Amino acid sequence: MGEHVRLTGFGWRHAGRRAWAIRGVDLRIDHGERVLLLGPSGAGKSTLLAALAGLLPADSGEQEGEVTIDGADPRAVRDRIGIVFQDPETQLVMSRAGDDVAFGLENRGVPPAEIWPRVDSALARVGFPYGRDRPTDALSGGEQQRLALAGALALEPTLLLLDEPTANLDPVGARLVRTAITQAAGDTTLVLVEHRIEESLPLVNRVVVLQPGGGVLADGTPDEVFTRHGMWLADQGVWVHNQPVTPRRSAAPGGEPLLRAVSAGYTHPGANRPALSALDIEIRASEVLAVTGPNGSGKSTLALLLGGLLRPDSGSVEATAALGGGAPHRWRAATLTQRIGSVFQDPEHQFVTNRVYDELALGPRRLRQPESTVKSIVEELLDRLHLSHLARANPYTLSGGEQRRLSVATALATAPRVLILDEPTFGQDRRTWLELVDLLAKLRDDGCGIVTMTHDEPFVETLATRRVELR
Amino acid sequence: MAQSTKPESSTATSPSLRWRTVDIVVASVVGVAFGVVFWAWGLLWNGPADAIPLPGRAFMYGVWLVPAVLGGLIIRKPGAALYTETVAAVISMALGTSWGWFTFAQGALQGVAAEIAFLIVAYRAFGVLVASLAGILAGLAAGIFDIIVWYPASEYDTATMRIPYVAITAASALVIAGIGSWLLTRALAQTGALDRFPSGRERAAV
Amino acid sequence: MSLLVTMTRSDALLARRNPVAKLAASLLLTLALLSTLDPLAPAVAIAVELAVVPLFGLSYRHLLRRAGPLLVAGAGIVISLMFFAAEREGVVLFGIGPFVVTTGVLASAGALTLRLFAVALPAIIVLATTDPTDLADALIQNVRAPARFAIGALAAFRLLPLLGAEWRSLTLARRARGLDAGHNPFVALRLFASTTFALLVGAIRRGTRLAMAMDARGFDSGVPRTMARVQRFGLADWALILAGAAVGVGAVALSVALGVFRPLL
Repeated sequence: MGEHVRLTGFGWRHAGRRAWAIRGVDLRIDHGERVLLLGPSGAGKSTLLAALAGLLPADSGEQEGEVTIDGADPRAVRDRIGIVFQDPETQLVMSRAGDDVAFGLENRGVPPAEIWPRVDSALARVGFPYGRDRPTDALSGGEQQRLALAGALALEPTLLLLDEPTANLDPVGARLVRTAITQAAGDTTLVLVEHRIEESLPLVNRVVVLQPGGGVLADGTPDEVFTRHGMWLADQGVWVHNQPVTPRRSAAPGGEPLLRAVSAGYTHPGANRPALSALDIEIRASEVLAVTGPNGSGKSTLALLLGGLLRPDSGSVEATAALGGGAPHRWRAATLTQRIGSVFQDPEHQFVTNRVYDELALGPRRLRQPESTVKSIVEELLDRLHLSHLARANPYTLSGGEQRRLSVATALATAPRVLILDEPTFGQDRRTWLELVDLLAKLRDDGCGIVTMTHDEPFVETLATRRVELR
Repeated sequence: MAQSTKPESSTATSPSLRWRTVDIVVASVVGVAFGVVFWAWGLLWNGPADAIPLPGRAFMYGVWLVPAVLGGLIIRKPGAALYTETVAAVISMALGTSWGWFTFAQGALQGVAAEIAFLIVAYRAFGVLVASLAGILAGLAAGIFDIIVWYPASEYDTATMRIPYVAITAASALVIAGIGSWLLTRALAQTGALDRFPSGRERAAV
Repeated sequence: MSLLVTMTRSDALLARRNPVAKLAASLLLTLALLSTLDPLAPAVAIAVELAVVPLFGLSYRHLLRRAGPLLVAGAGIVISLMFFAAEREGVVLFGIGPFVVTTGVLASAGALTLRLFAVALPAIIVLATTDPTDLADALIQNVRAPARFAIGALAAFRLLPLLGAEWRSLTLARRARGLDAGHNPFVALRLFASTTFALLVGAIRRGTRLAMAMDARGFDSGVPRTMARVQRFGLADWALILAGAAVGVGAVALSVALGVFRPLL
């Protein structure tokens, strides 16, 4: 048991940025420790992990202080370090599971005769349920992450770094991955970054909290850290488990119906099973309807059908007279924005201009509203969603939370009566989450009919008037 | 005890002409993305474009040459134009929007032609002039390949069709693939997507 | 129509040959056919190509689906020749003013279309029955292609279905923002450009993350790579290459012998 990782006054600034991603970090981790690294968005956790993994090339930024793994520069001992990132799609390299695990071994020049036995043992270690030839795009998110973990473990690292490995997964997948980590990590030193703390606690024995630009704020056992800093962390947006959220349920029941799906079904072109079949659903004013269900149950497809973006293959989706009548998929796009707003799961999919101001102005301008009206709509939204300081910024350069707020704001700019949100709280920190909840509650009280497709149970409990479960 | 390494100046030439992993993967992904773009382009025009008299179609030819110039402008390493255009061509073949191995050969020739422009300036200049030259050269290569292989002189009239075809293709390539790619690179840099590349470092610090 | 890529391993007799051998055989075949503009050589080649389709484990229906666009291209050739033919021999069939289609023009169009098919089919057949990983492995092991590029391209190729799905999502997102083209081609072009841009941003970001993950697993370590999957190149593979070349050269030789050869240049 000795020193494994050591950071002394460590700081890093990415090339092309003015602010330091991380600064003044002093930390020592011994062999076999399991650390949970926490901190608000922007505290530099991912940068820190990248530095520990030796993945910050010297020419991609400026370093302060020192970081060593077993006394050496991490870049020199990368073969002893394994890292798992949050997005499975951009971690898997090969199209078959076994080949992907073998990838790392091939890179290290492991003799071919040894490769396949090590692949098999790594797959077994994470409890991978399929054989080597399983296509990687036939795997669920949780299974893909387990495969990524197997790939990292096959190289037998002494230090395992996990950068939000369950962030992109639904609850089932997240559980799969956590089990795999517990089962497979053994006595490897572990550094885990996670948003949802409660479920991660069983995996760790130490918690370190980072402050944005200010080094380590707290360091100790989970109990110590949360008792002393729980409230501060919650305020900063970290999902602390001992800080509850007050429900925002509405007192009044749902109002008039606005949109109806009757026996609606849809099959994606080229698929052999329908994504949705014979679904009946009604959207009413002044209510939040939560649509839940496992991945693959058709939530996103339903969002597209209700949003008038896809035409149902069977059955119908009709707007009531209150919403203008007719089938939304037939309306012109400009008309659609005035009646139904859709917020996609990935905010970047909806950006079409290069300035935040223009993004918000786009909807009203398409409706040929006078420039003075446009200006007031935009400024009101900027203010309401705390985006005023970003008015001239390129939407792609915004942080995750800011992008989410922007994508909701753009849908609101044309004042639709129905708002459909696909996984709006995905990957959001507590602060943005609370802002969204408040915003949606207010919209609901003002008469909007809101539909959210979501995995997020607390979100459903806090806000939903009604709930529909898809299978 | 603190070590501070200065970041590489964005105006100096890149010291290494060796391709990093990120250069290879991003060039490949740009090629793959354009494979999707070409497929979507085909859907957009849905067959009718194939029936339009040829010189007219040549007006949009530049779109097929964007990967070559764009690859060169983003990656800024020897072979980038050739590699990116070739990957896009191979993906076209995989997606079925192609004329067999000639698609590959043509893609490679177009890539080489664009590469010549970057080679002439020793991979040190990546402004609108080099981009335009790369575009024109790629367009000429594409047009000449087509009139030799697909529109031979014994079948098609040279004066009314073959020569205008090459001229229009080259012009389209200049505008769309040359100037267009240059503008595209700048717009991409503004989003922060090119931060790992020298082309991305030239924007103001965010 | 959706973005369908079928490139799968197959156990059929010819499909399981070395990918590079399949590539070379089809390449040599089409190269030979390049040299002539007569209808006989490509017709012979097409006959052979269609005959070996079952030996590759492909169904004719699949082939028809992939080759469909070529039929449209064939029609396009007739129309373009109507306007720009170099010679109009034979009996006039239809047309307007100077733009007439004669029997000679029709024959030329037929020959060019046959040539198009003869050249496109081998690539379709080979790519449909070759696994991309196998192809990359074979290029590295049998042709000494640079491993980093082959694997980098393979990794990017894996993202193809994802990017296709993203294109669809981006298009729907634009409608949700109030942008649709209606019947205006200029607006359609602008939307197309906007969608292309968004696709590129996403693709480059993904590529950057993928590269980092690959480096994390030692891709840039400089250590010489070993290969977990072996691609053998044997006599049967040489035989396939020779056969491909023979069919191409043979078809051309036949048209020379029968006096119908029309050189390209």
